[in-house]
Amino acid sequence: MSGRYRYTLGDRTYRFADLAEAMAKATPERSGDRLAGVAAGTAEERAVAQSVLADLPLKAFREDLLIPYEADEVTRLIVDTHDADAFAPVSHLTVGDFRDWLLSDRATPEVLAALRPGLMPEMVAAVAKIMRNQDLILVTRKCRVTTAFRATLGLEGRLSTRIQPNHPTDDVNGIAASILDGLMYGAGDAVIGINPATDNVAQAIRLTHLMAEIIDQYDIPTQSCVLTHVTNTLECIEAGAPVDLVFQSVGGTEATNTSFGFGLQDLAEARDAALSLNRGTVGDNVMYFETGQGSSLSAGAHHGLDQQTCEARAYAVARHFKPLLVNTVVGFIGPEYLFDGKEIARAGLEDHFCGKLMGLPMGCDVCYTNHAEADQNDMDTLMTLLGVAGVTFIMGIPGADDIMLNYQTTSFHDALYLRRALGLRPAPEFDDWLARMAILDSDGGFLLSDGVPDGFAQSLKRLPQDA
Amino acid sequence: MPDAPDIVTENPWRILRRFTDARIGLGRVGVSLPTRELLTFQIAHAQARDAVHLPLDTDALAADLRGLDGLDDPLVLRTRAADRDDYLRHPPKGETLDDASVTALEDAGGEPPDLAIVIADGLSSLAVQNNTVPFLTAFLNTLEGVSLSRPVLVTQGRVAIGDHVGEILGARAVLVLIGERPGLSSPDSLGLYFTWAPATGLHDARRNCISNVRAAGLSHARAAQRAAYLYAEARKIDTSGVALKDRSAAEEIDAGDRATSFLSPPPEGRTP
Repeated sequence: MSGRYRYTLGDRTYRFADLAEAMAKATPERSGDRLAGVAAGTAEERAVAQSVLADLPLKAFREDLLIPYEADEVTRLIVDTHDADAFAPVSHLTVGDFRDWLLSDRATPEVLAALRPGLMPEMVAAVAKIMRNQDLILVTRKCRVTTAFRATLGLEGRLSTRIQPNHPTDDVNGIAASILDGLMYGAGDAVIGINPATDNVAQAIRLTHLMAEIIDQYDIPTQSCVLTHVTNTLECIEAGAPVDLVFQSVGGTEATNTSFGFGLQDLAEARDAALSLNRGTVGDNVMYFETGQGSSLSAGAHHGLDQQTCEARAYAVARHFKPLLVNTVVGFIGPEYLFDGKEIARAGLEDHFCGKLMGLPMGCDVCYTNHAEADQNDMDTLMTLLGVAGVTFIMGIPGADDIMLNYQTTSFHDALYLRRALGLRPAPEFDDWLARMAILDSDGGFLLSDGVPDGFAQSLKRLPQDA
Repeated sequence: MPDAPDIVTENPWRILRRFTDARIGLGRVGVSLPTRELLTFQIAHAQARDAVHLPLDTDALAADLRGLDGLDDPLVLRTRAADRDDYLRHPPKGETLDDASVTALEDAGGEPPDLAIVIADGLSSLAVQNNTVPFLTAFLNTLEGVSLSRPVLVTQGRVAIGDHVGEILGARAVLVLIGERPGLSSPDSLGLYFTWAPATGLHDARRNCISNVRAAGLSHARAAQRAAYLYAEARKIDTSGVALKDRSAAEEIDAGDRATSFLSPPPEGRTP
């Protein structure tokens, strides 16, 4: 076995102790792997590790589990749900061959869809490490993942957006103001999703009602979500709140998820509860997951693995619960994990690729914090690359500024830029609603109307003049 | 630089800004940001960047602190982080003093205080520069019969630096004033972290946090009251963190209290 992880270059022989070390050292440079002490020491060592990885048979990942089966319920989920028949078409390939195969014309959208249950996240993570950005984009474009609740997400030529109407004190009118701003800019078909400032069950119930009332009142084909802990949402459902989607941050190791305060059983229970409400009209995908490279290291739960491999394992968790949306919050965690715009962009493309290849409705929170070496131009670059790659959804926030979470993500204007630049329409049900409300004319080249639709204009008129 | 009205489409719902600081109703040119909004954003981002990267002016701050009644002469120390880049890439280096600073603190002598005051730049030097003196002025007025350490200014510091300083001083408790991660609309937000019986290696669960202390956020007076409350309560129960509930800030939320916004359906029978 150990011969697998050896490589001679000129008069120098590189040895890697095991698969985990080869994976980590093959990873394109990022600060989090350095912080963890698992990154390659030199550029040459990284390039050599990529060659070692490329020579490895995909079957090796079935034998050499990076975290032991007995020690980790995520490993057990990955192993127990692996479909050998689906894996058969690529089971004879090395990681390097797999890259070639993915880029080849044999790998059609239909073939890739059939392959999904046969792919372990570690295989997907490995091949991503030896792919260039353009490879990631081209293969991801071939991965079609469609999900639905009140709108159908992920269709070809579509781009959806989450309205993220956060407010530092959860002020209901402040939240509603951001929701209105988003709707008037044609956003919100992926979800209207609030990160509550005060995170408890009572607040979640309040905010759930607030959003359900708006969705009902204006007959909007979208879904709502309060991004609170899965156990809180379960309590909301038990209390009779009109919950559309169940949220949870998920990681790629059991210990990460333990630090988040949940286990796989909690997700199953909450999903069943949400399904029992039967609130979807065109589909029954009821889960919304968020992930991000670095979460396992941050929780001291990475088992010596690199952060991109941990991230791909999180997608195995997400995949099991048939989510409506999965969002990699790529630049939020800070520069000790992804230092600058270049590292953030690379990670965003990797995550989108890994998630889509595994069959997830991947969106991306194209974002940065003010202590990272990044700015709006870096965000323009990443959102454009992801738009080309066929990203399912991005965030939408007034003026790109989240005044509660203190970071910058994509704005409502940004999404409209992508629509015009790349011809991407909203989800069909929502597109129809926007046309009906005379908000956005997709057929006419994504033209916004100047006025405010009647129902919303009435709401504005009802405002007290000097509140 | 007024925008030509026929080029920029303004948003009538901009009046909703009275409900939120969110950047709503920005208007548009085509579907893009008008120049005026683009430039406003650039200034806010520049301020947030400067808050992270401009060094804390320790001389100026130390001079200001000398002007406060009830405080001894400040000490200026540093952590093991060599510079800002090192600090950003390696958070643990900002959690302990470098060797010279340890020696300086040990040599400073004095009786172990009830409360050590540690002031660290954190991620916003602007927050520390703007809010330290107003907060401490209010805080010193609120405290009675509590012995304080010399104020310890630490550059390239993280929250846990208070544990190291408190341990060396043998303090019963430590209060860390530190610059929080700057937001675009709040580049100068100060955080207060309180720990009873500080010692290196403590988990976050042993700390209490008072966040968003700034002129446009939690007022200095209110923050001072809450910090004094934490000290008094911790002395009673001999610990801090999750076991110390900050009931001074209890905000009752009743799920039965239905959240009605301006977008909610109008009350029945009162159609406008």
